[in-house]
Amino acid sequence: MKTRIFEKFTVVFAWLAGLVLLAGVCLLLGYLFFKGHASLNLSLIFGDTPPLRALLLKQRVFEGLFPAVAGTFVLVVLSIAWAIPFGIATGIYLAEYAGPRVKRALDALFDVLSGMPSIVIGLFGFSFAVFLHKHYSDRIGPCLLISSIALSFLVLPYIIRTTQAALEGVPLNIRLTALALGATRLQNIFLVLIPRSVSGIMSGIILAIGRCAEDTAVIMLTGAVASAGLPRSLFSQYEALPFFIYYISSQYADSEELMQGYGASIVLLFLCALLFVTAYGIRKGLSHFVFYRP
Amino acid sequence: MKKYGELVAERSFLLSALASSSITVAILAFMVFMGLPLMKQAGFYQLLVKPWAPYQGTFGIYPMIVGTGCISLLSLVVAFPLSLGCSFLIATIAPKPVSKGLRRLIELMTGIPTVIYGFVGIFLLVPYIRELFRSGSGLCVLTAALVLGIMITPTMTLFFCDSFDRIPRSYLTAAEALGASRTQKLLYVILPCAKMGMLNGVILALGRAVGDTLVALMLAGNSVRVPGSVLEPARTLTAHIALVIAADYESPEFRSIFACGIVLYLFTMMVTFLVRYLSFAEGRRD
Repeated sequence: MKTRIFEKFTVVFAWLAGLVLLAGVCLLLGYLFFKGHASLNLSLIFGDTPPLRALLLKQRVFEGLFPAVAGTFVLVVLSIAWAIPFGIATGIYLAEYAGPRVKRALDALFDVLSGMPSIVIGLFGFSFAVFLHKHYSDRIGPCLLISSIALSFLVLPYIIRTTQAALEGVPLNIRLTALALGATRLQNIFLVLIPRSVSGIMSGIILAIGRCAEDTAVIMLTGAVASAGLPRSLFSQYEALPFFIYYISSQYADSEELMQGYGASIVLLFLCALLFVTAYGIRKGLSHFVFYRP
Repeated sequence: MKKYGELVAERSFLLSALASSSITVAILAFMVFMGLPLMKQAGFYQLLVKPWAPYQGTFGIYPMIVGTGCISLLSLVVAFPLSLGCSFLIATIAPKPVSKGLRRLIELMTGIPTVIYGFVGIFLLVPYIRELFRSGSGLCVLTAALVLGIMITPTMTLFFCDSFDRIPRSYLTAAEALGASRTQKLLYVILPCAKMGMLNGVILALGRAVGDTLVALMLAGNSVRVPGSVLEPARTLTAHIALVIAADYESPEFRSIFACGIVLYLFTMMVTFLVRYLSFAEGRRD
């Protein structure tokens, strides 16, 4: 009898927990949309500037989120560009070349790196910038370049792991066919294994993009500022969406700025959700449509 | 010629693997290098146990360590029952379509940016907590822990679900054949088998909670004192790093953030190796 009650209790407890979590998420998103939906229009991004002129960089945007969106975009592109070659090459090495002992040691190092708090990586980036400033050139400080390099450290383990898992997931018979027909190891990797695991690698890259777009701790230490306009060069400071949200939450002057903060949160949320769903779709096999070659 | 190309490719793969893995080591080396002057002056152990009193010349990070510990353990207290319940729902209790939908939703939740949790927390939860307890500004350990708990629940739930999925199918069919209900299967077969994996999930979630910056920075109030109750403000190690960064480069305040960095680094390393050890032990037992 007692066990029956315990089982009933478990069921009730589980449904309750599910409801609480759902309620929490609905509250979070509902509040954001309820408060912020009014700010969602083109002037949120571009202010009073005509959108086309702003996009063509003919006119500066003062009132809108455009510099922050552009900063985030440039930042993501740069960090992913640094991380992809190293990440994929390292993934290939781990999956195809490394011996068991080397693999275990490298695995441990990448596990530590992937668990590293992003603020520690940000601190590393910052002190690296300070180091360069002191020893090489006065012109180098916290800037776009340093931020993107630090962010690429943050997402490197994602790309390495997904590449490695995708390559190791190729079935043995496919792995051996080309080798048996006389292909070299390198040909086998680039002509057989990588095309087979493109969807896995792509979903890893897209998750890494999402991580780059949302991370705030790294960029607040390495050069994101509240007002810098569009990023001008690799060595300039820049604005970014997540940092803008953080900044508004502590420093907003009036309700108009606060509304901009809500708007920025919704934009960032949509961006991350979109990337996430894309990554999911690719992993699920949409890649057959995207990368279809007759 | 072909041989040569193969060799170059293999070498470059090896080089990039070495370069990427050296990042992990380089981060620690940099922290130690930058924090060394202060540690020489005060001693690493002394830094960990002394209070933060810049006017008396001590720059201990003890309050931040306590703050981090309180907030992250309290967030685990919030997140553990929630994740347990949700993973139960997904594993057996909910009907198939519900459990599938819930799992997708929870996966999607892991993608919500941290700064948004913090942002909504400030404007939604903080005023509520201030009204409810009528003490302080509402920026306190409790607020931060509640939001952090909601934030790590999806991750923890997914870890739990993964460890449930690793149980051999034959165990489950055996239980079904003996006439176990869904709840009984969960309580007497799945749960005892998945204990190790769940422990891993809790440890990894704790790592996430300790390493998170934005929620604590935005919601915990950031005062440099050991919090006396959950309604008092506190500062975490991560928030300390984010806040002190503006000071000048040679000051002991600035050096102290590297001590925080080293503590966080060592903690991450501990978590990683504990999890690796536990999964290794689990793998060997099967």
